[in-house]
Amino acid sequence: MDQPTFVTADESALTAAFEARIAAGESIEPKDWMPDRYRRQLVRMMSQHAHSEIVGMLPEGNWITRAPSLRRKMSLIAKVQDEAGHGLYIYCGTETLGVDRHELVEQLLDGRAKYSSIFNYPTLSWADMGVIGWFVDGAAIVNQTILAKASYGPYARAMVRICKEENFHKRQGYEICATLANGTPAQREMLQDAVNRFWWPSLMMFGPSDVDSPNSAELLKWRVKRKTNDELRQRFINLTVPQAAAIGITLPDPDLRFNAETNNWDFGEIDWTEFFQVIGGNGPCNRERIAARQQAHDEGAWVREAATAHAAKQQGRATQAA
Amino acid sequence: MTGDVKALHATSNGVEADNQWSLWEVFTQPGKGAPHEHAGSVHATDAEHALQNARDVYARRGEAVSLWVVPADAIVASAPGDAGPFFDPGNDKAYRHPQFYKVPRGVRVF
Repeated sequence: MDQPTFVTADESALTAAFEARIAAGESIEPKDWMPDRYRRQLVRMMSQHAHSEIVGMLPEGNWITRAPSLRRKMSLIAKVQDEAGHGLYIYCGTETLGVDRHELVEQLLDGRAKYSSIFNYPTLSWADMGVIGWFVDGAAIVNQTILAKASYGPYARAMVRICKEENFHKRQGYEICATLANGTPAQREMLQDAVNRFWWPSLMMFGPSDVDSPNSAELLKWRVKRKTNDELRQRFINLTVPQAAAIGITLPDPDLRFNAETNNWDFGEIDWTEFFQVIGGNGPCNRERIAARQQAHDEGAWVREAATAHAAKQQGRATQAA
Repeated sequence: MTGDVKALHATSNGVEADNQWSLWEVFTQPGKGAPHEHAGSVHATDAEHALQNARDVYARRGEAVSLWVVPADAIVASAPGDAGPFFDPGNDKAYRHPQFYKVPRGVRVF
């Protein structure tokens, strides 16, 4: 790692100064001294986040050719392109920590890297496009709005940029849902089915309960995270319940009820066995996603080679002319 | 007093062999008359490619009227460890601020 070296001060004094800066609400920048553990936690979290954006293109890419109208098709293409952009923003942020993007791409392709469990579920109907925008991007906004206040400057700045764009994603998704909800009985049924399939996996997106989340305490102390997984999950549920009611859709949880004491919507038990299965590589689409990513990478090789060859040719011409 | 040339990134990343190409820092100007601000970075084979990638990544919604791309290696930045002594000369001169000067009561200076 290419950090400034301090020979006189010892590690614990540096860590104390670092933590004081964080406590004072200062933002940490790439060349600032940081504990190795902070750097590693950030690399882990940011690369997982970047990978999620990239893999997140696949379930929706699945429906581009079958979008029901040109308007929907344009929106979906723009959304999928945004996800690629978001992946690039965050890879760029991760590179400020001294990580090579090539290494991250390799980790994703050979299955070592983790990404959000939600993208390992199949997209079976057009209604899934609506529900993904509404739930999955909705959950991402809840998460990323808080990450926009994270202590690491490049990550926080990438989040600010992403949050602006996610709002379009959520609204286009909710619009699809509202349209289907006002449609034929078959369309309503298709929507309800998509909601039933995506509700619980969307709640799992926030990660295990804080009691079982090994990284939470440290991430909170260093303000990489500003809210716990459970707090964010609750916020998402509180926001989503009225949105479901507004379009006459039922959320598939018989235990969902408003708690007047806490002002929260209480909800049922999440099946964490399923979550750990999906994270562990045994979700419905884990292998398919990585295979699709690998195929795209391989089939794009000629484009990368052509761009490199073109640049070399241009440079050759420039040298000759000079 | 300046830091190493890998100013915004902890290590240089201009490896050609892995097809990730070299790293370019991107600056966007949000409107005419506004200053260019650092937006992020892209990988690209050359300057023209960097501009195109920067447009696709950082200006999909009219966020910029102008873009700069700069090879990441070309940027030289001050070192955070030296920030104290480096910026000191600007911090200890109160007489560079208008508040330093007394003005007769009741006179409008500005």
